Amino acid sequence: MSERDASGAVDLHLRQVRRFRLQDSFFHHSTQLFAFVVLATLVGILVSLTIEAWPSLQAFGPSFFWTNVWSVPDDQYGALAAIYGTVVTSVLALLIAVPISFGIAFFLTETCPPWLRRPLGTAVELLAGIPSIVYGIWGLFVFAPLFAEYIQPPLQDWLGDVPVIGGWFAGPPIGVGILTASIVLSLMVIPFIASVMRDVFETVPHVLKESAYGMGCTTWEVVRHIVLPYTRVGVIGGIMLGLGRALGETMAVTFVIGNANRINPSLFEPGTSIASTLANEFGEADPGLHIASLFTLGLVLFVLTFIVLAISRWLISRSVGSEGL
Amino acid sequence: MPEQTKPTIENAALEVRNLDFYYGDYKGLSNVNLDIASNKVTAFIGPSGCGKSTLLRTFNRMYDLYPRQRAEGEILFHGKNLLDRKQDVNLVRAKIGMVFQKPTPFPMTIYENIAFGVRLYERMSRSAMDDRVEWALKKAALWGEVKDKLHQSGLSLSGGQQQRLCIARAVAVKPEIVLLDEPTSALDPISTAKIEELINELKSDYTIAIVTHNMQQAARISDYTAFMYLGELVEFNETSTIFMKPDKKQTEDYITGRFG
Repeated sequence: MSERDASGAVDLHLRQVRRFRLQDSFFHHSTQLFAFVVLATLVGILVSLTIEAWPSLQAFGPSFFWTNVWSVPDDQYGALAAIYGTVVTSVLALLIAVPISFGIAFFLTETCPPWLRRPLGTAVELLAGIPSIVYGIWGLFVFAPLFAEYIQPPLQDWLGDVPVIGGWFAGPPIGVGILTASIVLSLMVIPFIASVMRDVFETVPHVLKESAYGMGCTTWEVVRHIVLPYTRVGVIGGIMLGLGRALGETMAVTFVIGNANRINPSLFEPGTSIASTLANEFGEADPGLHIASLFTLGLVLFVLTFIVLAISRWLISRSVGSEGL
Repeated sequence: MPEQTKPTIENAALEVRNLDFYYGDYKGLSNVNLDIASNKVTAFIGPSGCGKSTLLRTFNRMYDLYPRQRAEGEILFHGKNLLDRKQDVNLVRAKIGMVFQKPTPFPMTIYENIAFGVRLYERMSRSAMDDRVEWALKKAALWGEVKDKLHQSGLSLSGGQQQRLCIARAVAVKPEIVLLDEPTSALDPISTAKIEELINELKSDYTIAIVTHNMQQAARISDYTAFMYLGELVEFNETSTIFMKPDKKQTEDYITGRFG
């Protein structure tokens, strides 16, 4: 189309429309580009991790994942201790954090006096803003000594002789170790899980709760039978969010886990996690199998978090499906 | 209230005496006095905001859930003031059931929706529970429609069916009084007719108090009608009297559609 009309003057209107169209298409393509950058980054990280990890994968094969060796002098590496430490600390952290978070959310949404609700809710959220290194320092210099002095000995006295369970609490009470890391981790994930739970609890319609109260339910019965089933999807989502954070948490865990590359049934013993091994060894790792094995560990962490997400999706779809909601 | 004519109610399930209600500083009800007759349907009518739902919600102390709401006065239930702080509120609510404006099936199966409330107060065998669920669903005229899908979610039912499920749920715990807060306002005419029919059948076993926006509905189903306006009980009498020859000008204006 010509930019000049019959009289030969420039058609300003048409020109304007063209400019708009051009801007629009530019905008469309640039936002699309931004979105694809995310995908490209994801794939790029996966690919580069795999390339860097390749020598180690070739040298040790799949047995890398279930071999319990980590010896720099012998150049022999296996990920089992780190995977064990990561999974055990994260799961223990959730075991501690989920009931406490539920209690916090329950109190904040159901029984808290209104004037306390906001300050308390804000305090929980502020807990999430504390840098993880601060948790680490606090864990190592404040919590671990107290834990060694006042909690570990009584726990040992109390549970040390129980078969099976006793083994979890064996060993010298030195403060740092798997259990300490789990407790510090649980403190770190509580704000996330609690605030997600609180937010989803608040989405339950008042009238639904009223009808349960109207039948003579206590607050606990309302939460147990109405609020929790109604918000199940969100609650699982919140727990998985916490698990994701716990799996990848580096600094705080590095401080308090003890950093010993071995598997010990006792939760009092030092251990290691994938993230803390990476943080400890990347600085002075020599090129070769050592670096490659560290990259493999990174790949494992990547895949582990992916599996957690997949399982949570599956759980959510299954639980939704069975009730026909 | 001066020169108030009152219906003669011999057998009152609830006796409301000098009831005031506050939302914070705002007075929502003032000096309400009336009796709810046993095994009859009592309807509450009046324009929006007149306090009729508020009044209904004092009968099972639903307002207790909200810290800024409070009631003063007496509501006698078996001779005891149920507004008394010492009165166990869960027990009151088990005896005085409630159905809400919108259907509120619980997020569980149809069977569990009914069994849930029963289990709160009674221990019974599986087969006794099956019988109770069937009995309640039959009472609510829903059994025929759901007997083959008791283990599907209550949310899979239509709006009218959900509301009957809520009535079945309220009836299943064998309360003495059933409070209905505009139970048909979210339903289509056919479902509404079914619920009205149901209310008519239920009154042989239960005392029913219903809040409704629909004056024809009050005229059709109730034995007594209370007209409320601006937080006060303007007139309370037998339904036929209220609709045929009301005492007060205000009542007459409202039922003839001159305001509200």
